[in-house]
Amino acid sequence: MPYEFLEDIATADIAFHAWGDDLEEVFKSAGDALINTMIDNLEAIAFTETRTFQLENEELDLLLFNFLQEFVYYKDSELLLLRAQQVQIETKESGYHLTAVTRGERLDRDRHHQRVDVKAVTLHQFQLEKTDNGWTSQVILDI
Amino acid sequence: MAPVDVLNQISDVIWEIPVSYKAGMRVPARIYGTEKLIRELDDAVYDQITNVATLPGITKYALCMPDGHFGYGFPIGGVAAMDVDQGGVISPGGIGFDINCGMRLVTTNLDYKEVKPYIKQLVDKLYERVPAGVGSAGFVRLSRNEFRKVAEQGAQWCIRNGYGWEEDLELMEEQGCLKGADASKISEKAIDRGAHQIGTLGSGNHYLEIQVAKRENIFDKNLAKAMGITRPDQVVVMFHCGSRGFGHQVATDYLQSFLKVMESKYGIKILDRELACAPFHSPEGQAYFSAMKCGINMSFANRQVILHRIREVFSQVFERSPEDLGMHMVYDVAHNTAKLETHVVDGQERSLLVHRKGATRAFGPGMHDLPFRYQEIGQPVIIGGSMETGSYLLTGVSTGDQTFFSTAHGSGRTMSRTKARKTWQGQQLQKEMQQKGIYVRSTSYAGLAEEAGGAYKDVDEVIEVAELAGISQRVVRLTPIGNVKG
Repeated sequence: MPYEFLEDIATADIAFHAWGDDLEEVFKSAGDALINTMIDNLEAIAFTETRTFQLENEELDLLLFNFLQEFVYYKDSELLLLRAQQVQIETKESGYHLTAVTRGERLDRDRHHQRVDVKAVTLHQFQLEKTDNGWTSQVILDI
Repeated sequence: MAPVDVLNQISDVIWEIPVSYKAGMRVPARIYGTEKLIRELDDAVYDQITNVATLPGITKYALCMPDGHFGYGFPIGGVAAMDVDQGGVISPGGIGFDINCGMRLVTTNLDYKEVKPYIKQLVDKLYERVPAGVGSAGFVRLSRNEFRKVAEQGAQWCIRNGYGWEEDLELMEEQGCLKGADASKISEKAIDRGAHQIGTLGSGNHYLEIQVAKRENIFDKNLAKAMGITRPDQVVVMFHCGSRGFGHQVATDYLQSFLKVMESKYGIKILDRELACAPFHSPEGQAYFSAMKCGINMSFANRQVILHRIREVFSQVFERSPEDLGMHMVYDVAHNTAKLETHVVDGQERSLLVHRKGATRAFGPGMHDLPFRYQEIGQPVIIGGSMETGSYLLTGVSTGDQTFFSTAHGSGRTMSRTKARKTWQGQQLQKEMQQKGIYVRSTSYAGLAEEAGGAYKDVDEVIEVAELAGISQRVVRLTPIGNVKG
């Protein structure tokens, strides 16, 4: 599980640190951390629905910000809990382009153990950085 | 040097951070609290409130209320008044994603003895009828066009559609509909997220609580009476929720739109991207102001439909009409807003956009927008404490001009959710609360543990500070007996 929840920042909200060997992995980890903020047992999410995200941004960290927002959007608009299966990020002249295939299912109150709802992804102390070992990010979610 | 060492003590409960603390501060920052509360304050609050002090147009002080704590952009408990005629800005980070998150208080004419035998039944039914938790959907199903009407008309739409009483409207800030809301300024995504969420509580610290105004907890009998608390051990219902996914998406949309233009078009440099802003008098600023008003109105409508459900549940359980049960509203307050208000600053009337993020408007006696019945006593202020300790009903006072008539909004957290979850266990906490006479239902044991009373500041101390500082006055302390937690 390449993410951890942080105890010492964001008193009323949830902060997490996610990482990965490459950019695609850190995006996937951060997506899982967001869904895990809401649902305790990620493994109980069956892959019956597919949604593909296509996003672009001039800034790489804001692309992660947009990517995370999509999970919040589908959770409210279609009650879908999604997990990223494949993430592809390309650099083009206009900026960074992301295609992500996500799979999941509709929230089931009996099978999915709820934690707290995520209202939004904040940009407070939002970080996405390349390190010697790969990529790391820090995100504060509004609860 | 620890941030606490830079504070100048202004009074027993007011502390100032001078403009020399950080480059770019336009005004000093003031934090409200006892020495104990100040010493326990997270260092991040100093950083956040002094970042707020750098925003264009900020007037007098960047203020942090006694329940203040770590937020994003602004601290929670942050108040900032921007002079819109002096380049003042509007910032979603100064309002919060949950636009018009707020509190509503409703009376009954029942006392504790009458309600106690039914408490389990009431809470179970409320739990069933007022959906809570992750991504919950309500019973009001609307087309996109009808939802746009809700966004523009707020609680007035609800009354027209049979969800409530005409008298409810005058007991809300802005009579439940902030004028100037423009649904053409909201995205389709915002509508997708919010269209089916009217009448839902949400999660986190949102809740619906049955409480008792114990006779020994009435601080001012006359004020309490004017607000409808007239009997010993009277039972009331308080709830806390906001504009749900709709408001969250409106804030998210405009945060990004402001980031694109803030520096390139308006030359505004900020110290934290969460403080993204635009001049109030700019196309982007005005668009957000109109969209935010839609968020405010959706939230008024949400609380109105929940009130309707509460009345239905009490009526079913006691087999009496809600009118017969005296289920009148005391008031509805917003604690995540920016409102254009006129305030006197250094002897001059100024038009200020007052951002209140986790802070409650607390208008003193005689001020405009107060309903007739509160003209003499000032605005009721509803403070939601933790589910284990208690909540408060206060009133605004005339000395509140020092904070642009703003006060606290809750007791304020001291422990992170992640740490609270490791400290308490939800099922155990539920049992302990039941032993203390509080029957609680929640969609999530983990979420319940995160809301343990021990994760919060001492609400009594917070409210005492607000009274000592002269920003609000205590009327009644309310004790929980039943709680639906989101």
